[in-house]
Amino acid sequence: MELAVFIAGSLICLMGAIGVVTSENPVHSALSLVGTLFGIAVLFIAQDAEFLAAVQVIVYAGAIVVMFLFVIMLLGVDRTDDIRVDPLVGQRSAAIVAGVLLAGGLTAVVLLGSVSGARSSAAAPTKDLPNVAQIGQLLFTDYLWAFEITSVLLVIAVVGAVVLARHRRDDFVDDLPGDEVPEIAAAPAEEVS
Amino acid sequence: MMVAALGSAPYLVLGALLFASGATGLLVRRNPLVMFMCVELMLNAVNLTFVTLARELHDLGGQVAVFFVLVVAAAEVVVGLGIIVSIFRRRQGATADDLNLLKG
Repeated sequence: MELAVFIAGSLICLMGAIGVVTSENPVHSALSLVGTLFGIAVLFIAQDAEFLAAVQVIVYAGAIVVMFLFVIMLLGVDRTDDIRVDPLVGQRSAAIVAGVLLAGGLTAVVLLGSVSGARSSAAAPTKDLPNVAQIGQLLFTDYLWAFEITSVLLVIAVVGAVVLARHRRDDFVDDLPGDEVPEIAAAPAEEVS
Repeated sequence: MMVAALGSAPYLVLGALLFASGATGLLVRRNPLVMFMCVELMLNAVNLTFVTLARELHDLGGQVAVFFVLVVAAAEVVVGLGIIVSIFRRRQGATADDLNLLKG
C-alpha cells in the first residue's frame, strides 16, 4: 500500500520538477510546480505528517504559487524564455553535468550510508494525540523562541516588500514606460503575509 | 495509519533527485522567476528529507523544522518577488544575464 502511494507521489513530483526546469513558458513552470508541491504533500501524508501536508497545500499551492502567477501576469505572459540559446558557451552543458554529479553523489550518500544518531526520546510521536496537537505542543514549549522570532521575520518581510514595491520617482535616473505599475505591484506582496 | 514498510531510503533518494533537478534548473534557466521556482523546488526536497528523517528517528522536531522552513520560504518569496518586480519595472524583458551592472 505504501509502495503504491510512494510510486504515485514520486512520479507526480519528478514530472513536476522536470516541467519546472524545462518549460519555456513561466506559467507552465508555475503549474508544474503545483504538481510537485502536491506530490510532496501526498508523501507527507504517507509518512504520518498530516498537518504539514495540509500546510503544504494551503501555503505553497494556495499562496506562494498564486503569487508567482500574479507576478508573471503583472510582468507579461508573452515573455517566454528561449531555453535553446546558450548565452555563455558551454555553461549549459557544464550545469547539466554538475546536476547529474550532484544527483549521483547525493544518491550514493543515501544508499551507501546509514542513518546514524540516537533515536530521540525528547519529542517522540505518540499515537494518543493527533499530529496537529503534538506539533502545537512542541511549537509552544520547546520551539517557542523560534516561533516568536518567526513573527518578527514576517513583519520584516512585509515592510521590506512594501519598501521595495513603493514608487520613488525622484530616485530614478531613467524614466522608462514601465513606471506606471507600482500601485498594482504593491498589492500581491501584502497579501501572502 | 499506514505501516512503515517501505523504509526511508526511497524517500531520501527522491529528495536527492528533486534537489539536483532544482539546482540544475537554477543554473540553466535565465528567467529570474523560473530560477526562483527552482529554489522552491530545492526547499521542498529538503522538507521531504526532514519529514523522512523525523519518522526514521521518531522525533517530531523534524516536522517542526519543516514548519519553520515553510514560514521562511513564504517571507523569502515576498521579498524576492518584490525585488524582481522592481527590476522588471525599470528594464523590460530582463534576464539574469542582463543584470551586469556590477561587472567591471
